[in-house]
Amino acid sequence: MSTQKHTDEISGVETTGHEWDGIRELNNPLPKWWIYTFYVCILWSLVYWVIFPAWPYLSSGGWKHTAGSYGYTQRGEVSAELQKVAEGRAVFMKQIDAMPIEDIAKNDSLMEVALAGGKATFADNCAPCHGSGAAGGNGFPNLNDDDWLWGGKLADIQTTLTHGIRWEADADTRQNMMPRFLDDKMLTREQINDVAEYVLSLSNKADDAAAATRGSEVFAANCVSCHGADAKGNQELGAPNLTDAIWLYGGDKATIVTTLSHGRGGVMPAWGARLPGSTIKELALYVHSLGGGK
Amino acid sequence: MAVSGGAGGRLHGTMTTSSYLTAIVLVAGAFYSLVVAAKAYDVPMAVHAWIFTLAFAAGVLAIGNRHFNALKGLPGADDGKGYNDTVVKYGVIATLFWGIAGMLAGFYIASELAFPALNFDFAYISFGRLRPVHTSGVIFAMGGNALIATSFYVVQRTCRARLAGDIAPWFVFWGYNLFIVIAATGYLMGVTEGREYAEPEWYTDIWLTIVWVTYLLVFLVTLMKRKEPHIYVANWFYLAFIVTIAMLHLGNNLTVPVSIFSSKSFSAFSGVQDALIQWWYGHNAVGFFLTAGFLGMMYYFVPKRAGRPVYSYRLSIIHFWALIFLYIWAGPHHLHYTALPDWAQTLGMTFSIMLWMPSWGGMINGLMTLSGAWDKLRTDPVIRMLVVSVAFYGMSTFEGPLMSIKAVNSLSHYTDWTIGHVHSGAMGWVGFVTFGAVYCLVPWLWKRERLYSIALVSWHFWISTMGIVLYITAMWVSGILQGLMWRAYDAQGFLEYSFVETVAAMHTFYVIRALGGLLYLTGTLIMVYNCWRTIRGDVRVGEPIIANAPANANAPVGALAQPAE
Repeated sequence: MSTQKHTDEISGVETTGHEWDGIRELNNPLPKWWIYTFYVCILWSLVYWVIFPAWPYLSSGGWKHTAGSYGYTQRGEVSAELQKVAEGRAVFMKQIDAMPIEDIAKNDSLMEVALAGGKATFADNCAPCHGSGAAGGNGFPNLNDDDWLWGGKLADIQTTLTHGIRWEADADTRQNMMPRFLDDKMLTREQINDVAEYVLSLSNKADDAAAATRGSEVFAANCVSCHGADAKGNQELGAPNLTDAIWLYGGDKATIVTTLSHGRGGVMPAWGARLPGSTIKELALYVHSLGGGK
Repeated sequence: MAVSGGAGGRLHGTMTTSSYLTAIVLVAGAFYSLVVAAKAYDVPMAVHAWIFTLAFAAGVLAIGNRHFNALKGLPGADDGKGYNDTVVKYGVIATLFWGIAGMLAGFYIASELAFPALNFDFAYISFGRLRPVHTSGVIFAMGGNALIATSFYVVQRTCRARLAGDIAPWFVFWGYNLFIVIAATGYLMGVTEGREYAEPEWYTDIWLTIVWVTYLLVFLVTLMKRKEPHIYVANWFYLAFIVTIAMLHLGNNLTVPVSIFSSKSFSAFSGVQDALIQWWYGHNAVGFFLTAGFLGMMYYFVPKRAGRPVYSYRLSIIHFWALIFLYIWAGPHHLHYTALPDWAQTLGMTFSIMLWMPSWGGMINGLMTLSGAWDKLRTDPVIRMLVVSVAFYGMSTFEGPLMSIKAVNSLSHYTDWTIGHVHSGAMGWVGFVTFGAVYCLVPWLWKRERLYSIALVSWHFWISTMGIVLYITAMWVSGILQGLMWRAYDAQGFLEYSFVETVAAMHTFYVIRALGGLLYLTGTLIMVYNCWRTIRGDVRVGEPIIANAPANANAPVGALAQPAE
């Protein structure tokens, strides 16, 4: 440790005279650009505090804060933006709200808004199950094709959206049940095997013709009331068509046996409680427009 | 190793009043933990109480063992004379160990984000549980051990005084690492306060408080015993780090436990007040743990390794006090556009802007210290690592104020840009300055002529730098893309993209990020190998010896390592 004057040989700058474990410090001044930039940042902050809400203070009426020179608030800014969007759409939304859904479909300018709104609503509410392209997935129907469980007309889609499927909280929800034929001892394992072979034969995929023939009898006794004698389903009851090779849960034999044994009962929420009627109309028009609308 | 010496002519390592007291407290702690283990309400609490019991018992055994070994005249780990470097050695090894563990967890969760199936539906390795293992692993386990080890090394050298306390430094080291084990096993079992970077539950927090206060005392008393008239700048930063972390830790962990037998506690604050306290803590954990602490490291190892004086004493004073004063206000910028009142957001943002130059003061002092020694960038990859770390520090501390501006934050907040920002600071600044310090310390502590291989340091540098570049560029692109997709509206004012579409758009960048992390981890593994061979005393044949001598050629390590008493 030395406190005598010392000059660094390489830079020619004086050090502070201190030394710690061989480390010295040069006595360089603050870089000018550094200190001026620092001042500018401080000045900028001072100006910002004048313009925007900044410092809290205690007054006789409790805690307050400086409001800034032009009364800016974040809440004010957001509600102004939302209001502007709502005003821009108000003309269309009123018409969409008032008109029957079939009439909206015939009005090009209304449809432009409805489809854009439906697409955005679909993306945020429906895509998690039905996929962002509405192609569905295992247990969640594809909405692009023309195979409908509960009907593909605009009004059908609107009803499904409003009341949901097997959604207990809605009294008017769409309701049906694929029975649990094995669990409830309605059919034996052999019979279920036979019916599965019969169902596969409807799309020419059966391996065991004899079983399929036996299965057709079991089918006639147990399944036709919903799926129909021709197995083409019934949209009134939400019973799927079993002949079109489109499967909600899978069309391999193992899956069909599982479906028959344990039943199925997928759930779709009733959106009527969550979205305004005009938005549900937009959504129905959007889903209808995807390609399979009737 | 001489066993004589130490205070009052007693044998070093034998029982003193303080070691008796420590042993008694540990025995009491072990019994208390045993009771908690027996009556615990939940499995994690029982597991942790058992870990505490075993650790306390091990502590008592270690103290007793040390006493009897000293009586028998067996050489102890540390002879009680000169500098206490043994605890620093342990700290360096713990730094390397936790570095690998934390980065491995980081690489795994990065892979989970790219390929979610990798969680195998197994709760213990799900993203939510492994993520704090990664963050605490690299910040508190690797970074914390590095800070404790280097601060113990630096304070002794720059004060020319032996580390205060006989058992205390060991209590700090083992106690801190026990804290890490409890915290990390807790995360895996789902024990969390849900406060980012402050996840450990109440009992872990209390334990850390005890350890941290001991750390503060060891550091302060060493400073008080110094034989230098002035306190070196590195020690100001270390002290600011220790004091402020103690304050932040206490403030952000004011919780009420459900029961002393339960691992669960609830915060004393609620709603936006709770959020503000959390980010007052969170931002200053960055400011005082990851900035002030590592600036302390920088202020010793950069001039030491370069063999050059610090660029400006005046700048070090001004930027130190400006940094300390301004940092503490900047936390609210983490809560822009939330329920936090406008005025608090304004203050958070403006103080962040004013913080820009004080942060850069450290960068200027670090980089300009190299003037007169820039040639060493070519010959010494350790210097290169230290300089690049300072450059990353400068970049992150420019990016930070930029992101604190509300208009920028409205795009960047909640996106991967934040993750990229954090990692340019963590991997570039904190990681590289730590690696540089470790490369200096290992040969100095184990009294080796040189590192095993300087070429491997170069490999480490380039592989890890590539990793950082891949990581942060991937996160910049993905973060800005994400932010733009979230705010995209169509002509009618409807959102253009669904959330799930923005997630799908991130996939490629998540794969690149995981690759960047893997490269960084690979570099660190190379360092561990290099350190291990150096400690063994190996020297890789055929490498030039230049740039491997101790930083201060005029004062060889051996001569410096002894206090002038």
